[in-house]
Amino acid sequence: MGGYVAVILTGLVMGTIGRLYLLRVDYRQYPSYPQGYMVHLALGFIAAFLGAVAIPALLAEEYTAVTFLALAAQQFREIRDMERESLRNIEVTELVPRGAAYIEDIAKAFESRNYLAMLTALITSTVVEFSKNPVWGILAGFTVILLLSFFTKRKRLKDIAVVRPAEIFFNGSILCIENIQVMNVGHPDSRKIFLEQGLAVMIEPKDDNARASLSNIGQRQAIAHDVAALLGVKRDVNEIDFTPLVRIDLKTGRVGLVIVPMEKDMETLIEAVKMVPVLESTRRKPLKSKAGREAAD
Amino acid sequence: MENIGLSEVILAIVTVDGTQPASGVPVFYAKDEEEREKIALNLARILSGMVHDLENGTYVIVRH
Repeated sequence: MGGYVAVILTGLVMGTIGRLYLLRVDYRQYPSYPQGYMVHLALGFIAAFLGAVAIPALLAEEYTAVTFLALAAQQFREIRDMERESLRNIEVTELVPRGAAYIEDIAKAFESRNYLAMLTALITSTVVEFSKNPVWGILAGFTVILLLSFFTKRKRLKDIAVVRPAEIFFNGSILCIENIQVMNVGHPDSRKIFLEQGLAVMIEPKDDNARASLSNIGQRQAIAHDVAALLGVKRDVNEIDFTPLVRIDLKTGRVGLVIVPMEKDMETLIEAVKMVPVLESTRRKPLKSKAGREAAD
Repeated sequence: MENIGLSEVILAIVTVDGTQPASGVPVFYAKDEEEREKIALNLARILSGMVHDLENGTYVIVRH
């Protein structure tokens, strides 16, 4: 048993580092609070431990121990439910909700990162076991972490679309962004605020695949949420006129965003829109099919 | 219907048009456009609704 200590320990450490590496706190501030951080670190640690003991268990001819991996996978599915549940619970407290698609995307990412921790630990401990040298194990661990985080990296909106400033005007009482009619704004004061303080951008998809993704309601809600989180939004619970809206131009598939931000700054707005992740669940690839390609002509 | 509308409800109507009949929705008659705007703004704040202009002298307060 003593011989396995190095194997398990290296796997455990590398798996936990893998989870920690992907638990960076970014501008979305999720999960930034210490408790959430702790929960995910602890679960990542458990995942890494399960991955690390698999190979020693096999070598010790404890075959039943391996079935724990399957059991663990079941358990980690709970993480997705947990995240989804908690994000859905706080959804009503957001001035600009994330939307179901964004929540699903975040929940999925948290689940997959535990598998990353487990896989890293598994591969590290395998390498240490067969090379008898923890250094090789550590190198293999880092390679796995970097490879997996590279392949699970999300695309950003700037990869699939061009974002440019757009003009807001009123056609009667209808708020328009270029040729997109966004909504009817009745009160003259609200119209004045839109014209004075509102900002609009046009998001132009680069191809038909991007157009399909952008037309998704969940993706559009995610854009509204992220932009509102970054620039602030001038609205309150009983002040719904200035909810940021993302509407599509049916002729071309372009998408217009209008927002009355706390900070009126076009540069940062464009930057914020470009940084919005392309949600996994909204990605479509019509150009990969014959019908889609022919429809594109 | 988490993501799509269809939850809109007309909460009240504010109008300067005296011939607008009262129906299932509360109707507020205003003397002039200035009073109409004031009533509409107050109602929107009270009811957490939004003012929409039908461009025929009538505002509707809608909850989205």
